[in-house]
Amino acid sequence: MPELKFEKGKMVPVPSHSIIPERDLGHAPVLECSHLGVDFGGLRAVNDFNFTIGKTEIAGLIGPNGAGKTTVFNLLTKVYTPTRGTILLNGMDTHGKTTVQINKMGIARTFQNIRLFSNLSVEDNVKIGLHNQKKYSAIEGVLRLPSYWKKEKEAHERAMELLSIFNMEYMANWRAGNLPYGAQRRLEIVRALATDPCLLLLDEPAAGMNPAETAELMENIVKIRDKFQIAVLLIEHDMKLVMGICEGICVLNFGEVIAKGTAEDIRSNPTVIEAYLGKRGAE
Amino acid sequence: MKRLIIRKKARKNFITYGVVILSYIVLMAVIGAGSMPSALQGLLVPMCAYIVAALSLNLTVGVLGELSLGHAGFMSVGAFSGATAAMALADSGLPSWGRMILALIVGAVLAAAAGVIVGVPVLRLQGDYLAIVTLAFGEIIKTVVTNLYIGKNPSGLRFGFLNPDIGLGKGGMMLVNGPNGISGIQKISTLTSGFVIIIICLIIIFNLVDSRTGRAIMALRDNRIAAESVGINATKYKLMAFVISAAMAGAAGALYALSQNTVTANKFDFNTSILILVFVVLGGLGNMLGSIVAATVLYILPETWLRQFSDYRMLIYAVVLILMMLVTNSQKVRTLIGKLLPRKKASGKEGAADA
Repeated sequence: MPELKFEKGKMVPVPSHSIIPERDLGHAPVLECSHLGVDFGGLRAVNDFNFTIGKTEIAGLIGPNGAGKTTVFNLLTKVYTPTRGTILLNGMDTHGKTTVQINKMGIARTFQNIRLFSNLSVEDNVKIGLHNQKKYSAIEGVLRLPSYWKKEKEAHERAMELLSIFNMEYMANWRAGNLPYGAQRRLEIVRALATDPCLLLLDEPAAGMNPAETAELMENIVKIRDKFQIAVLLIEHDMKLVMGICEGICVLNFGEVIAKGTAEDIRSNPTVIEAYLGKRGAE
Repeated sequence: MKRLIIRKKARKNFITYGVVILSYIVLMAVIGAGSMPSALQGLLVPMCAYIVAALSLNLTVGVLGELSLGHAGFMSVGAFSGATAAMALADSGLPSWGRMILALIVGAVLAAAAGVIVGVPVLRLQGDYLAIVTLAFGEIIKTVVTNLYIGKNPSGLRFGFLNPDIGLGKGGMMLVNGPNGISGIQKISTLTSGFVIIIICLIIIFNLVDSRTGRAIMALRDNRIAAESVGINATKYKLMAFVISAAMAGAAGALYALSQNTVTANKFDFNTSILILVFVVLGGLGNMLGSIVAATVLYILPETWLRQFSDYRMLIYAVVLILMMLVTNSQKVRTLIGKLLPRKKASGKEGAADA
C-alpha cells in the first residue's frame, strides 16, 4: 500500500484507496505519526506506527484486545514518552512536550475507563475543560473582581452550549458520578471539546451503550466534526460504528499496523480477518 | 441525594458565614455581660487560632486531597516569626492592632515560604510523599526553633543558631531563647481579630473553591490524569493550594502566639499536627463548617469540663477517629441514621422498598 506524502505545504495527489478524505487534501494534515514506537522493558508495545489524519477526518483505530490502541493514544497525549519516531501536530513537532502542553496544542481525549471529576457537578466538569479558554487569575477569583464575573458568565454560557450538543443542559447541576453510564461517556466528550481541540481522541466511546445509543452517538460524532471542523480519531470495537462513520481505518495487531484504508478495504483485507478470527477464518 | 449540588454549596457557604458571625455576636454579648468565666475567656483566641489551622488543613486535605502531617510546623513558623516581629516592633509606636496585623502577615509570608520549600519538590510526585515529608518537616522545624536564638538591640535584630551567645551587648533583649522559646509576649490578639481572620480565611477558601483555580485543584484531587489531559498544570495548582494552606496556618500560629505569654517549640509537635487533622476528619473533608465546629468542641471541652481526662486526649481522639471511620463506612449504620433522620426523598424511597 503506498504511503501518503505531505510535501511543501501541499498534499500530493493520493491514490484512490488512500484514507485521507478528498475535502482535506488541500489542507495540512492535523496529525502525522512516523515510525512511532514505545518499548516497555523488552516489550515492543507499539512499533513503527505511521498514520496521518486529515483536517476534518473521522478516523478509526481498531484491533484485537491488547493490540496497543490505547497505548497509541497515550503516546499521542504524552502520557507515555515515545521511544522512537515523531508526532507532528499541525506540522509542529511534539517532542519533549508534556500532557498539558499537548492539550494546549490541540489534542483532547476521552478515556476507556471513564475519568470524570465525579465529585463535581456536570457543569463544573465542563468548566474545568474550559480552564485554558476562559482565564482569570486566582486573585481575581478570590477577590471577585469584575473579570471573574465576566469570565464565569462566559464559561457558564459556553458550558451550556457544549452540553446542548448532547441535550444534557438539564443535568448541569447533577453530580457527575451519579450520571448514567452513557451520559458519563457523553460528558467526557463534552469536556474534551471544551478544551477547543483540533483533534479529538475517543477511546471506546460506545462501550456499554445499547444499539440505539450507539446510533445516536454516531450521528453526534459526525455532527461534532461538522460543527467544530475538527478531526476525530476513535478506538472502537463496535464495527457498525467504525464502518459507519470512519473515513480511514487503521488496524493494529501486536503493536504493529497490519492494514490501513477505507472501510471497504479493511472489510475485505485477509490479514485483518486473520488477526480477528485466526487463520482458518481467513481461508 | 447529592444531585443538586450547586445551589446547596452556595447555601452552605452562607450558613457557615452566618454561624461564625452569630457565634461572635453571642460571645461578645456574654463577655459584655460579664458572665463568662475568665479561664474560658482566655481560651477563645487560641480556639480561633485552631479553627483557622483546621480550615487551612481542610484546604490541603479536603479540597486538594493531599495529606499533610506537619501542619503544626507551619503554625510554628508563623508563631515564632509573628511573635518576633510583634516584639521587635514593640517600641515602634505602632498601635497594638497594627503590630498584630504586621505579625500575622510576617507569620503568613514566612509559613508560605516554608510551604514553597516543602511543596516544590514533593508535589511533583504522586502518592503519599507529602504526608511523609510534612511529617519530617514538622520535626525539623521543632528542632530548628529549639536551637534558635533571636535577640534585638538598638542596632537591630541578631540571630544565632545552637549558640545562645549572639552578642547583644548593652540594651539588648532576648526574643527567642532557644528551648525556652519566646516569653513575655504582649497579648495583643483579640477575639475580634480572631473572628476577622476566620472570616477572611472562609472568604478565601469559599471564593477559591468556586473559581477557575479551585475547580482546577478539585479536578486534580478527583482525577489527576484527566485533569492533565484537559490542560491543567498539576504542580502549579497543587503548589498554589498547599502554599495558601501553609500561609493560613502561619497566620493561625501568629494569632496563637500573640494570645500567650510564652510559646515554646514543643507546643507545635506531631501531636498538634494530628490534633488539627482530627478536627478536619471529624468535621468532614471539605466541610468548612464541620472543621469549625469540631475544632471548637474538641479544643474547648478538654480544656474545661473534661480537664480531668485531658491526659487521655490523644487516646480518646484515636478511638473516636476509628469509630467515625467504621460508622461512615458501614452501610448498616448509614441506613440506620438515614431512617432516624427525617429525610425527604431518600428515606421515602427506602421505606417503599422495605414495604
